[in-house]
Amino acid sequence: MHIVDRRLNGSGKSLANRQRFLRRAKTLVRQAVRNSSKDRSIKDLDQGGEVSIPVDGVREPRLRRSSKGGVREGLFPGNKRFVEGDTIPRDPSGGGGRGNEGAEDGSGEDDFRFVLSREEYLDLFFDDLELPDLAKKKLATAESQSLSRAGYSTAGSPANMSLTRTMRNSLSRRIALKRPKGEDVRALEAEVEALAESGLDPGRLDALRAELAHLVERTRRVSFVDPIDIRYRRFNPVPKPVAQAVMFCLMDTSASMTEHMKDLAKRFFSLLYIFLKRRYKNVDIVFIRHTHEAREVDEDTFFSSPETGGTVVSSALDEMIRVVEARYPPGDWNIYTAQASDGDNSSGDTERTATTLRDGVLPLCQYFAYLEVGRENETPHMGFVQRQTELWRTYEAVAKSGADFAMCKVRHRAEIYPVFRKLFERKEKGAAGGATARGASA
Amino acid sequence: MNSMSGSPLLFEGADWTYETLQRINDACEAIAHGELGLKTYPNQIEIITTEQMLDAYSSVGMPLFYGHWSFGKSFAHHEAGYRKGLRGLAYEIVINSNPCISYIMEENSATMQTLVIAHAAFGHNHFFKNNYLFKQWTQAESIVGYLDFAKSFIADCEERYGHVAVERVLDAAHALQSHGVHRYPRKRKPDLASEQRRERDRREHQEQMFNDLWRTVPEKEKNKPGNLSDDRRKALLELPQENILYFVEKTAPRLAPWQREIIRIVRLIAQYFYPQGQTKLMNEGCATYCHYQIMGKLYETGQITEGSYLEFLGSHTNVVMQPEYDDKRFGGINPYALGFAMMQDIERIVTKPEDEDREWFPDIAGRGDPAAVLADVWANYRDESFVSQFLSPALMRRWKLFHVQDGGDPKKDLKVAAIHDERGYRGLRRALSRHYDVAWQDPDIQVVDVDLAGDRRLMLQHNVLNGVLMSERETREVLQHLADLWGYDVHLKEVDAAAGKVVKEHSASARANFLQGG
Repeated sequence: MHIVDRRLNGSGKSLANRQRFLRRAKTLVRQAVRNSSKDRSIKDLDQGGEVSIPVDGVREPRLRRSSKGGVREGLFPGNKRFVEGDTIPRDPSGGGGRGNEGAEDGSGEDDFRFVLSREEYLDLFFDDLELPDLAKKKLATAESQSLSRAGYSTAGSPANMSLTRTMRNSLSRRIALKRPKGEDVRALEAEVEALAESGLDPGRLDALRAELAHLVERTRRVSFVDPIDIRYRRFNPVPKPVAQAVMFCLMDTSASMTEHMKDLAKRFFSLLYIFLKRRYKNVDIVFIRHTHEAREVDEDTFFSSPETGGTVVSSALDEMIRVVEARYPPGDWNIYTAQASDGDNSSGDTERTATTLRDGVLPLCQYFAYLEVGRENETPHMGFVQRQTELWRTYEAVAKSGADFAMCKVRHRAEIYPVFRKLFERKEKGAAGGATARGASA
Repeated sequence: MNSMSGSPLLFEGADWTYETLQRINDACEAIAHGELGLKTYPNQIEIITTEQMLDAYSSVGMPLFYGHWSFGKSFAHHEAGYRKGLRGLAYEIVINSNPCISYIMEENSATMQTLVIAHAAFGHNHFFKNNYLFKQWTQAESIVGYLDFAKSFIADCEERYGHVAVERVLDAAHALQSHGVHRYPRKRKPDLASEQRRERDRREHQEQMFNDLWRTVPEKEKNKPGNLSDDRRKALLELPQENILYFVEKTAPRLAPWQREIIRIVRLIAQYFYPQGQTKLMNEGCATYCHYQIMGKLYETGQITEGSYLEFLGSHTNVVMQPEYDDKRFGGINPYALGFAMMQDIERIVTKPEDEDREWFPDIAGRGDPAAVLADVWANYRDESFVSQFLSPALMRRWKLFHVQDGGDPKKDLKVAAIHDERGYRGLRRALSRHYDVAWQDPDIQVVDVDLAGDRRLMLQHNVLNGVLMSERETREVLQHLADLWGYDVHLKEVDAAAGKVVKEHSASARANFLQGG
């Protein structure tokens, strides 16, 4: 008998088949992922998990008899009361009725359920999305340098000595300079000794002694390892691209923002967070809420505690610029901003908001997304020109002037993800660039 | 049999090492070969993890298999079930090959490993090696080599013709897999080992023999189609033909050589698995009977502890449990339970027969050598003939079997046709035997005609049995696949011989350039 231990072979032999399956069912699975994202809470959004797809798309048909009609027979164990000739009334749910031929038909099952890993889930979730200006062009200084191997050098720290390379040099040098081999020297010594003992042929003894002395001398001169042989592994410092991003969440928390609107905003922020998390190693989040004045707060306060006051949007932008200056030098950080608001702004602030945004905030950011949240029951307006909010008009003007800036309106939970996709969808290369206004009424 | 110094115990506690496995194997082998008289292939035992067991599930238990999305689907399905705790995994998978490969899971306890080795490495192994169906239809020596060829051939095709093109052929071939087997032995035995060589030879021969001039030579008058009599034409096409995949592979006008080869691969693998479907009951019965005997002997001779034996009995009774028809857990007849019960029953008839048994089984009753009788049974029967020969009245009574008939009229009640009494034994036995008869269970569909000179439509016929028609939606989909392979229209008639008329018709047309297109 042979025993073969296959445990080390690694699993995942069927990974290729799994990918084939996902590829085949891609449209269905993607749809399932989007649907499931609607029902998930924010924290669970970036977990993998079970999805179900309609079984129709991945059915494997076979030539089978139908499970209905015709004369059928069944054989069952455990008779307790029947005798030959008894009749059993038809009962669709009873055990004694139908034959068992059609049991494997599978027609009762509408959905095929299976588990996606987190990676697969997010891949499908963010399929076709792209971050604008993914990496900063400017590379940061000393802190984010890494070392990469780059050949050998003749100087270095002992810890970095490359033994194989050193010994290889040593060997070639010894061969080139004809350093006598140890066994040759020993053989000669033995011969000399034997000859001296026997006392025969003194002439030859002298010759051998001279040769031995020569060999020993040569061995001493050509050393086994010479400083010249020694090599060290060399490392080059390589600057690393910035792998950190900071996400600013700006939100209007004045009384006009309802819980529903905050919930919409929260969902949008979470999506953006997961999305950034996939691209950057470190993602910081800064929450800034504002009424007529702005404050940086923690997440709980940001979403929960109510505030009263007017609405001055420029205060939030000012606060953000202050935080950036204090903690996030734009050279080292990729800065993304998402702002959520119901669109109110005090009329006196319009001009100042536009200026701050255009000259102060946008130059700092990789991307600025403005999300206008509406009431759930608000009817979609027909001619929206009249109904645009103060802030929307202000921002639209900025967007038209060609800044990298996106804006959208959302009224219902289900719209969040489509809007998010729209804001981040992959742009055609060679199109007019990111400069065109992407805003539109949702 | 070697044992631990002094003590006859093979192991203590749940832990095991390679030495333990070796000792267990040797002890089982001594009993299996010595007392039970089993003849087995050499064993190869492979230890795998849970994850690998799931992997193996999804490639129909084989150590290697070609790639196809449906295996990924089944993996996803099993994985979801397993992770949720809805189902456990099999303790082992065993492959009909030489050497006989058994996969055992690393987390099994030493007792479970003993059970698995006795069950798979000796019980199933003996059945594979000796049953006539396996001897006739499968080559244990070459299956692994052939799978290797199939895998690399299909990977090669994917590279050359694209995933989509290969997937479409495979989808279509898989859909027809159940009708891609020869049910009766033909003149020549298929030889898997030489398949790879023959495929290459065929191609080389065609390349060498190709000469464009032949096209211009005028055909002889008598070879022209149309002059052949109808019967002669059908005979040349080997019609009627129930092996649809075989017919498509040999005759479909528009397939490329590589597509024919893929169909052939699917067909040959289906043929390899064909005996397993016909001997499920016997195979499991044989393996269960063997492990029960071997474990019992190990316990009697003090090679396993009382605790181990109880652990074994726990698993064993779970496996051979047969819920009654009105039990929530009832899901048909458990092949382990019925197989084991029948094997034990045969042993009883051979050693301690009653008068009834002497009357029903004059050949074996009281012969006194159960091992020889069982060896003969395992070698020469399949489920259907096994049940119709050896299901005894005593067992029918013990199981309280009864036979229900559904006359097909939705207004009428179901009828109990036979129960476990003197009048019912033969009827019950016949009904149960039919339940295991593939010819009775699989729809009888044959290629009956094709007009190669005319519109090339492929005509199929389903001989309806008991008025049960084909499942409409699935048949439509399968016919679509068949039409794609065939390249022209396909028509299926469902003929009820009893009523003497065509009951229903299905047809499908080939999608343009579907198999060729990317």
